[in-house]
Amino acid sequence: MATTQFELVTPTRTLFSGAAEMVVCRTVTGEIAFLANHMPYIGALDTSVVRVVGPVGAREGTTEPDVRLAVHGGFVEVKDNEVVMLADIAELASEIDVPRARRAYDAANQALSAAGGGMPDPQVEAALRRAQTRLEAAQA
Amino acid sequence: MELIAASRIVRAQQAIAAARPYVAKMGVVVGHVADTPDARDHPLFRSPESVRRVAVMLITADRGLAGGYNISVLREAERLLREHQAAGREATVVVAGRKGENYFRYRHLPILASITGVSERPRYEDARRLVGLVMGPFQEGALDQIQLVYTRFVSLGSQIVTVRQLAPMEEPSPAAPERGRPAAGASAGGSGAGGSATGGGGVTGHKTDFEFEPEPAEILDRLLPRWLEAEVLAAMLESAASEQASRQRAMKAATDNADDLIKTLRRVMNRARQDSITTEIMEIVGGAEALRQAGIETGAVYNEFFESAAERA
Repeated sequence: MATTQFELVTPTRTLFSGAAEMVVCRTVTGEIAFLANHMPYIGALDTSVVRVVGPVGAREGTTEPDVRLAVHGGFVEVKDNEVVMLADIAELASEIDVPRARRAYDAANQALSAAGGGMPDPQVEAALRRAQTRLEAAQA
Repeated sequence: MELIAASRIVRAQQAIAAARPYVAKMGVVVGHVADTPDARDHPLFRSPESVRRVAVMLITADRGLAGGYNISVLREAERLLREHQAAGREATVVVAGRKGENYFRYRHLPILASITGVSERPRYEDARRLVGLVMGPFQEGALDQIQLVYTRFVSLGSQIVTVRQLAPMEEPSPAAPERGRPAAGASAGGSGAGGSATGGGGVTGHKTDFEFEPEPAEILDRLLPRWLEAEVLAAMLESAASEQASRQRAMKAATDNADDLIKTLRRVMNRARQDSITTEIMEIVGGAEALRQAGIETGAVYNEFFESAAERA
């Protein structure tokens, strides 16, 4: 199957760099999947899980299980069969500290319910979304 | 301290290398978005008819003992300030680093904001904090221009104080090759702004039509702060490496000087000691001779003198 080059870069390191059959992500306007030779595209990423389907392994031709990454905002650019994602914070699913994410999730949930019917604190909401995304990526 | 600085340079250089792909790619994306017609109207690209209020952002160290590192940046920043003031512009500084903060506070020069305690190991959050300090005022129109003064790390032997204009942005993409970064793939050429700072894409060879989600203007609103943060982070990382390199050089010079000083002082000390011994022997010999001539029995006294003299020597 045709593949597309995919790269996910953060200010501190390159999290993923390689070929894949499909990259699925969520922009602020909705979900989108990139197959090989997608048309040029620039979008703003939401806090969400990025799924790399059919990544081509280090050994030529072999495919490995899907890679999942938690991305906390950023941008995606597609051009010349190359998908580049820029995120200020992103983590590989395998690196996520699940107990910590769960604690953050519970704390944010509690803070939200404690606030009751009032306006929810946007910071708490963002924290909740981040924790949710992490848990989702780690499939915990 | 020389050795500590030396080991930290390596770490600082690794941090620069790690951030490089992000900054370069960010430049490419900004270049693409900036190529769209409505991007030119964005406040971050539009230059005001007259610049009246300027913020000079400068990156200094938290600690001294780094040779000319801090003072070079400070001097350049102060020169900029004076220049703005002479031209009738209102100028303030935004400082990163304790040394810079102290310098401007001591001289009662206007500080808009400052952050300290991050100079040796800047993280992305620090860059974000620094950009956050000026983005608000800039977007509200309280600032017309933002300049950045930092120290570029060219090599271990060479660090150059550099001034860049952060906002309004002149040209997004050429910054990358100018810094000796890899030009991030062939796509950099397509981003247009190339040599024409004002042309706005007139010279582009082939132009790619991107699909934007959301609209380019909205993407720009999100993208530009991130781009500035990436730029400031790169500047902070370069400055951190420069700081350590300067410190290593300064400390090496200090050690060498101290070694020289020790050598000179040891010579002086030995000569003084030798002089005092010689004088003492002369006195004893002279004294004994006087006693002998006076016909006084010298035996015991004589021996005692010499024993104690030998001990002291």
